[in-house]
Amino acid sequence: MSDHKTMTLTLIVWRQKNASDPGKFETYTAKNITEHHSFLEMLDCVNEDLIHTGKDPIVFDHDCREGICGMCSQVINGAPHGGQDRTTVCQLHMRKFKDGDTIYIEPWRARAFPIIRDLIVDRSALDKIIQAGGYTSCHTGGVADGNAILIPKPVADEAMDAAECVGCGACVAGCPNGAAMLFTGAKISQLALLPQGQAEASARVRNMSDAMTECGFGNCTNHYECMAACPKGINVKFIARMNREFLKAQFA
Amino acid sequence: MQLLKSSIGRKILMAITGQAMVLFAVIHLLGNSSIFGWLPGGINAYAHHLHSLPAPVIIGFRLGLLVFVCVHVWFGIQLTIENRGGRPQQYAVKTLQKATFASENMIWTGGLLVAFILYHLLHFTFQVVSPETAALSHPDSLGNPNVLGMVVAAFQNMFVTLIYAGAMVVLFLHLSHGIQSFFQTLGWSNDRVQPFITKAGTLVALGLFLGYAAVPLTILLRILK
Amino acid sequence: MILDGKCPTGPIEKTWDKHRFDLKLVNPANKRKYNVIVVGTGLAGGAAAASLGELGYNVQAFCYQDSPRRAHSIAAQGGINAAKNYPNDGDSIYRLFYDTIKGGDFRAREADVWRLAQVSNNIIDQCVAQGVPFARDYAGYLDNRSFGGAQVSRTFFARGQTGQQLLLGAYSALSRQIKLGTVKMYERREMLDLVVVDGVAKGITCRNLVSGQLESYAADAVCLCTGGFVNVFYLSTNAMGCSVTANWKAHRKGAYFANPCYTQIHPTCIPQAGDYQSKLTLMSESLRNDGRVWVPKKKEDCGKHPNEIPEDARDYYLERKYPSFGNLAPRDIASRAAKEQCDDGRGVGPGGRGVYLDFADSIKRLGEDTIRERYGNLFEMYEKITDENGYKRPMRMYPAPHYAMGGLWVDYNLMSNIPGLFVLGEANFSVHGANRLGASALMQGLADGYFVIPYTIGGYLATVKPGQAKADHPEFKKCEDDVKSYNDKLLSINGKKTVFEFMRELGGLMWENCGMARTKESLEINLKKIPALREEFWKNVKVSGSGAELNQQLENAGRTADFLEFGELLCRDALHRNESCGGHFRVEYQDEGEAQRDDVNYCYVGAWEFKGDNKVPELHKEPLTFENVHLAVRSYK
Repeated sequence: MSDHKTMTLTLIVWRQKNASDPGKFETYTAKNITEHHSFLEMLDCVNEDLIHTGKDPIVFDHDCREGICGMCSQVINGAPHGGQDRTTVCQLHMRKFKDGDTIYIEPWRARAFPIIRDLIVDRSALDKIIQAGGYTSCHTGGVADGNAILIPKPVADEAMDAAECVGCGACVAGCPNGAAMLFTGAKISQLALLPQGQAEASARVRNMSDAMTECGFGNCTNHYECMAACPKGINVKFIARMNREFLKAQFA
Repeated sequence: MQLLKSSIGRKILMAITGQAMVLFAVIHLLGNSSIFGWLPGGINAYAHHLHSLPAPVIIGFRLGLLVFVCVHVWFGIQLTIENRGGRPQQYAVKTLQKATFASENMIWTGGLLVAFILYHLLHFTFQVVSPETAALSHPDSLGNPNVLGMVVAAFQNMFVTLIYAGAMVVLFLHLSHGIQSFFQTLGWSNDRVQPFITKAGTLVALGLFLGYAAVPLTILLRILK
Repeated sequence: MILDGKCPTGPIEKTWDKHRFDLKLVNPANKRKYNVIVVGTGLAGGAAAASLGELGYNVQAFCYQDSPRRAHSIAAQGGINAAKNYPNDGDSIYRLFYDTIKGGDFRAREADVWRLAQVSNNIIDQCVAQGVPFARDYAGYLDNRSFGGAQVSRTFFARGQTGQQLLLGAYSALSRQIKLGTVKMYERREMLDLVVVDGVAKGITCRNLVSGQLESYAADAVCLCTGGFVNVFYLSTNAMGCSVTANWKAHRKGAYFANPCYTQIHPTCIPQAGDYQSKLTLMSESLRNDGRVWVPKKKEDCGKHPNEIPEDARDYYLERKYPSFGNLAPRDIASRAAKEQCDDGRGVGPGGRGVYLDFADSIKRLGEDTIRERYGNLFEMYEKITDENGYKRPMRMYPAPHYAMGGLWVDYNLMSNIPGLFVLGEANFSVHGANRLGASALMQGLADGYFVIPYTIGGYLATVKPGQAKADHPEFKKCEDDVKSYNDKLLSINGKKTVFEFMRELGGLMWENCGMARTKESLEINLKKIPALREEFWKNVKVSGSGAELNQQLENAGRTADFLEFGELLCRDALHRNESCGGHFRVEYQDEGEAQRDDVNYCYVGAWEFKGDNKVPELHKEPLTFENVHLAVRSYK
């Protein structure tokens, strides 16, 4: 626990007043940062300095700060969430950086995610995809006993692998095409794997895939950058499964 | 129809037409290899066999291929234009973690291949590039089209050989991404087989590259005369 | 005033069924004429909005995040309880009811807790139908584990992300209703006032966090599902945006605040590393199933590498003090025990604020792979934050504020003392008493949202005419003006200290003087210092930017201003309650370190009425009676 060792870093941060502002990079210095600071705590420190000197603090989305809510969304040196394996920005710690480093911080960039301010983007397109069919149409109450449907462990586990998605949108941000295939594929796969979801599988994949296009997301070219960017390590096999479900739905 | 309009649908059409062309490339290569003499009468006899197929078969086959190429090219361009719009503003720092040179440049390798195929068709199929060695107008002693003579004459030219070998490098790049992409896009993949498919796809692409490049190179090096 | 919880009477096992029958119904054709506002989209809010929309009501749902899927319910790791008795180990609705009453240290209503236990089973079925991937065994049956001090295995879980999966289930149901048009979703909105017309809740005032616009929404009923308030301690396991604001605004409009002193301090959180720290991270309590908690016996060993401290120099204090429950002692007890060891100078890590959670024995017994399969994601998370490998050296843990048992007072129908204002989930006070058992928060949120409010709100709406108040009523304009002048005031101070500096200071006071252990003196200090800090805040806070834009400083300033008022109420409640029970531990009231309850004088719900700025609030009491579980000393020895 050596807190006496501190770092000074140069931050080059995207600043944009609002959706219509063209935006530009500004340079800031982060001082007295220890290896135990999380990336967002480092930004907190910079913001406190900015406020004290009468400048506008950097605006960014964040909430749970424990890697599960999916709110934080920054591209750090070109990598969504900073490029550490299966880590969100809020869990990225400064021990991954060296004293004197220059760090570029940008918002998610995709046509479907318009910038609201600085590092905050509008991700409501992801909600629209789910609204198009990312559910089972069960009613509250009046469902069968939980054990009436048997789901063997390997199937339940694989559905859980897909369900781990936190909806942060890093897959879209990392995709050179701004596609939402991994996000959509994960939800479709989760529900396609489980017996509960199979009744509506065809309609679901058709509607959700249309919603992707309507929301302005790009198409998949199998770069797999999404998988590299995903803080939950969602595998591109779920995109394959979605494609399979899609093909199946064409014949259904 | 969703297959023609949706993102996944068009990708599936890309995959199927692409893979059909890979199959064609494999058959074409097997045909080419007759130049090394495993078929009595060599490549000239092979050409003769092909030409003696009933005309509707040949026309049908060629039309089919043309349709595949057109669908592949049409959707390829359409999807690429859409994808360029998917991220209107690029990042200041470009960091790619999984994408490859091949996967990033499919549209360019594809474009080069189209250009090459046109040249190749004019060169060896319609034989208008060097009419003085055209196989159809210069039959060999058995009366078969003298493909061997045409090919050897062409590839003794360093420049032509370079075009063909270069095109095969491009083909390798295109297929090293394309073949595994086919399996992913059709959904015939998962985390266990995906690494294998990727390797196998690259190997097939490499095999096609070596096979195709063998003819011009062996001729250029005067191994094949 | 003596409050009436309006609990049904008669045999406890019939209460909810009888009450459901007694409730009035709204004609199906009339439902769409009623507007219902749901604030917050966590388990309670998401489930309520989806279920009410499905019933046919016109629902407007609000959340401050960018999507309803991000509410902090998502962070719950361990699991959700239900009395299914699938493992055949003796569980029943009665046992879950009994455990919850006892775990809550006899400070909850029997009828409410019974209902919770009764509907717990429906929740599991509902979530399975939604496609929540609960853990299953190889035959395909639902898997259970024991959790949080329960002696039966009644906890259902989805890896270490149960809260996330349940919330995504509720979110998917909500998304379906949004698509169907029965729910209109408003994201990035923060509720800044409750609109009360003629004593009845009729709407809310919100700030659009993107444009800064103030917006009014009218409805026939308002449901607050706005979570807990433990961010009053500044460092807690709550999300950064969790606040008391919505509840506090309702309190200022007349809603009683019940039992604010019942706050839960979770025993297994990653210790604080520095004063720049913004939050604390919880590590699931399930770790205590296989981990052993210890500190060095001797102070001089505290600086040593833990693996160099021999077995006989270690004090496994939970096993020593609570032989029958050992490392699985309930949260309040485990937390206090950790604090005791550290106060004794035997804590480890920075500042001596930590105890070891050691997996060496379990790894020896079960193998590292088994431990990895059970808790892999937690070990990973621990390593990301601390840079230490939990498989190789014991993890360091320290308690952190985690959950609020107290909240707005509600009756059996979940309606506050303001007609038309309903409060669900952590935001209300109802079922956990003075201490919440592990895996019960998710259960309560979903019970309220899926299976209680759909019935009880009908009982209320059937008595009111729809559409009585419209957003053009003068009261809405007045609320908007009030909020605007309040925000303008915050923006005009232009002092020297940032919002965070005030929040950190308030949190320090709360944690130091009103945290895991409270004394009359420490609370009195806070009752002097908090008002002073509040005064300083309104003179010296620096909030820049304008109100007509996205302004996170302004958001935080508003939340902090409310915490500065609420913190005082929390201390006042803690000071008045001259007993120790559950999460409320008064040093003066203990018996050899164990909490000493005073059932003669304090067996009631303490609900506070707001009387005006800087005025002493008035205490109302709702006596608690126990007819089915007999008041007994809660012992885990």
